[in-house]
Amino acid sequence: MAAPETSTAAVPTLYTNNTLRNAFGGVLSFFILLLIGVLAFSIRLFSVIKYESVIHEFDPYFNYRVTQFLTKKGIYEFWNWFDDRTWYPLGRVIGGTVYPGLTLTAGTIWWLLNSLNIPLSVETVCVFTAPIFSAFASWATYLLTKEVKGAGAGLTAAVLLAMVPSYISRSVAGSYDNEAVAIFALIFTFYLYLKTLNTGSLFYATLNSLAYFYMVCSWGGYTFIINLIPMHVLLCIVTGRYSSRLYIAYAPLVVLGTLLAALVPVVGFNAVMTSEHFASFLVFIIIHVVAFVYYIKGILSPKMFKVAVTLVVTVGMAVCCAVIAVLIALVASSPTKGWSGRSLSLLDPTYASKYIPIIASVSEHQPPTWPSYFMDINVLAFLVPAGIIACFLPLSDASSFIVLYIATSVYFSGVMVRLMLVLAPAACITSGIALSEAFDVLTRSIKFQLPGVTSNAEVDAGETSSDTSEAQTDELKAEKPDDTSKNRPSKKSKKKERELAENPPAKATAKAKAKAEKKRLLALPLEASVISLLLLVVLGAFYVVHSVWAAAEAYSAPSIVLTTRSRDGLHVFDDFREAYAWLSHNTDVNDKVASWWDYGYQTTAMANRTVIVDNNTWNNTHIATVGTAMSSPERAAWEIFHSLDVKYVLVVFGGLIGYPSDDINKFLWMVRIGGGVFPHIKEPDYLRDGQYRIDSQATPTMLNCLMYKLSYYRFVETDGKAFDRVRRTEIGKKYFKLTHFEEVFTTHHWMVRIYKLKPLKNRIRGKAKKSKSKTSSTSSSKRSGTKKKNPWHENERRREVCYSNNCSDSFSAFLSSKPEIEFDYAGYVR
Amino acid sequence: MARTSSSKENAQALFHSLRSAYSATPVNLKIIDLYVGFAVFTALIQVVYMASVGSFPFNSFLSGVLSCVGTAVLAVCLRIQVNKENKEFKDLPPERAFADFVLCNLVLHLVIMNFLG
Repeated sequence: MAAPETSTAAVPTLYTNNTLRNAFGGVLSFFILLLIGVLAFSIRLFSVIKYESVIHEFDPYFNYRVTQFLTKKGIYEFWNWFDDRTWYPLGRVIGGTVYPGLTLTAGTIWWLLNSLNIPLSVETVCVFTAPIFSAFASWATYLLTKEVKGAGAGLTAAVLLAMVPSYISRSVAGSYDNEAVAIFALIFTFYLYLKTLNTGSLFYATLNSLAYFYMVCSWGGYTFIINLIPMHVLLCIVTGRYSSRLYIAYAPLVVLGTLLAALVPVVGFNAVMTSEHFASFLVFIIIHVVAFVYYIKGILSPKMFKVAVTLVVTVGMAVCCAVIAVLIALVASSPTKGWSGRSLSLLDPTYASKYIPIIASVSEHQPPTWPSYFMDINVLAFLVPAGIIACFLPLSDASSFIVLYIATSVYFSGVMVRLMLVLAPAACITSGIALSEAFDVLTRSIKFQLPGVTSNAEVDAGETSSDTSEAQTDELKAEKPDDTSKNRPSKKSKKKERELAENPPAKATAKAKAKAEKKRLLALPLEASVISLLLLVVLGAFYVVHSVWAAAEAYSAPSIVLTTRSRDGLHVFDDFREAYAWLSHNTDVNDKVASWWDYGYQTTAMANRTVIVDNNTWNNTHIATVGTAMSSPERAAWEIFHSLDVKYVLVVFGGLIGYPSDDINKFLWMVRIGGGVFPHIKEPDYLRDGQYRIDSQATPTMLNCLMYKLSYYRFVETDGKAFDRVRRTEIGKKYFKLTHFEEVFTTHHWMVRIYKLKPLKNRIRGKAKKSKSKTSSTSSSKRSGTKKKNPWHENERRREVCYSNNCSDSFSAFLSSKPEIEFDYAGYVR
Repeated sequence: MARTSSSKENAQALFHSLRSAYSATPVNLKIIDLYVGFAVFTALIQVVYMASVGSFPFNSFLSGVLSCVGTAVLAVCLRIQVNKENKEFKDLPPERAFADFVLCNLVLHLVIMNFLG
């Protein structure tokens, strides 16, 4: 701050020159940032241009539906929303079980635009929320990296983040999911934490906890923040870097952050009750002890301090042991040791696949493969180690945070593909630092080499100025190590000017010449630096090409509209929307539609029909019931569906056009999840010698189960051979009829097939007695169905047990009576 | 015997030096210390009450305790910032520190009023 004043006093012209240059630099970086924002926004528009402005995939449809509700009914209705159109007959308390950040953000944007008389539809706002927030995220990355290594690294990191494929995959236009805003919130929270750490200002600490609140609102990944920051604090304390700035950055965050997190209904008391948050409290206590020790150390003489330490250690040990014992007892008394399933599967990667098939069945919860690293962060994977080294060169509090961030996120991304998203910003920041440091070194050595070849006198002046500035910054560094890293370039130029103005030129040149000699030895040879500069540019170009390809080809598909390119042009498969439109136009509003849980959100959002299970997957037993129905023979499935009041069954079938993620490919998971609750469904029954097949070698259980029948019903009529293009075989059982289901709609490319449950026949050919016994059995199963419909039982655990007993009882009773039924219906089938 | 007596002496000397060192702190810092002590004391009373009576309206208990703890933490932050001996905050005027303190307290107590239920 003093520098400009002195230089005005001394040389006004130089001062104006200098401020002009500073202003120019500021304006330039402002425009660069603006362009980065535009880039981040526009690279995500491929999906809108190539397809159309639609919401993508599965979860975004739910978020879209919630946003619609919010904009229609208002915020208070939203908090109290009990949704009876999902999880029939249980329903779901939406207001208390969603992370509201995304919907509130989009709702606010929509409300703001509408009050400005810009009539955009809710859908448009939802589609473009993710690109807008990715622009914000790249600006936040700039700020964060600027805190660590200066503006140059910040700009580089922002560019890298604007087009990192991993982040693009989650934030293309239409991908209206929590991660879209959460990554921005994550980076911004980290920025504010580092800003507080660097300045020690309570103002930024307040902002930090508010940003943390936004993060808690938006994504369950907030636990990453509330564990990473304590880890960093602990690291600082252990390595002896404790400062009162650290206290100001951390202690208010814990108190305010915990309170704010408890305000979000879905988190609630979990913010103080679950182990995910305990680390922060533990570190909170530790930092207080450490702060107190430092304070005492400050006011006492060293000798007295030693005495105090011996006194306190003896007393403190006992207290610590007691506290830890109490904590362990508390944690151990909770059933899951306080950890929720998803977090446990983070710590123990094999946990989910062992105990929770429903988590393991989701492909984004699987560990990633090596190519997926290259696909998602591309050349950044090679730049990250260099960036880590650059972080260590002058290790500050901020750069140690970045090192910790990248280390933990690499681990988490190795556990779950989905968490590659958390790694992406860290990779961008470290690579940004690496690239900018490399450019710094290389251009400097070129600058030293080039003038030596051409001319001497003129360049000497330039060198002296830059060198004296180096010397100055070195001195400054000695004074305040953090300040230099914050705004190095501007300060450097300022100091340079002051140096030129104040020092007698002769002295400066003498000093500088010695320095220049030394520098010349440090500098790289000209050819090497030019070549490596070129190579770096080529590397960057590779990255850009890959990212644009990823944005345009790999990640832009909305997955509800599919396209393929073949010899005779572009094919569009719009079967999903066709089917949902059919449902909404041809069925009653209160009809219940059963499908595998993947299509639940889409059915409620697009067809506006009640579904049995959806992508929320909060009740494993309910999903297992649907899985059991799908893997049972027709009659048993009819019983289950009828007991759930289902009118229509929807299956997705890709055999005709070769769409691989259809229900037959997901079928083994239905068997596994169903079998996990209802033991009469056994996976080996569906496998021939451990192989999953649907051709003539398939097991009879497989060929008779409902999913097979609903998928392949009348399939032989398409080409006469019934050749399945996904499994690449002819199917095992080609000619069969359905007794209890009736095909009502099949889409253009056979991708979605909808069946209606036939009502029971009034009169059954055969003995009257038998039909009587049968109706009584159905009514009893109905009764058991109504029994399990009551979800609000006191003891949930016991309820689930008796529920499963009930069902399996009635199912096994039914299975034992199977021959009779076949006899009953024998005439009908033929 | 000799060891215990020497440690006793040491302890006495320690308390003496602590007292003399603390009496040198400025009055405004002492006021803040009193405030912090009061807040912590109130928090302790609430914890004791919770332990003896029960934590039924858990949000009330939580907001009560966290209000006290938060107040104490923020006051400690203020104390760190206005302390003349602290070299890290030389260029931070005490008025600015106090304004930040008030802002942070405002946010804290707005949240607590919201959470109190």
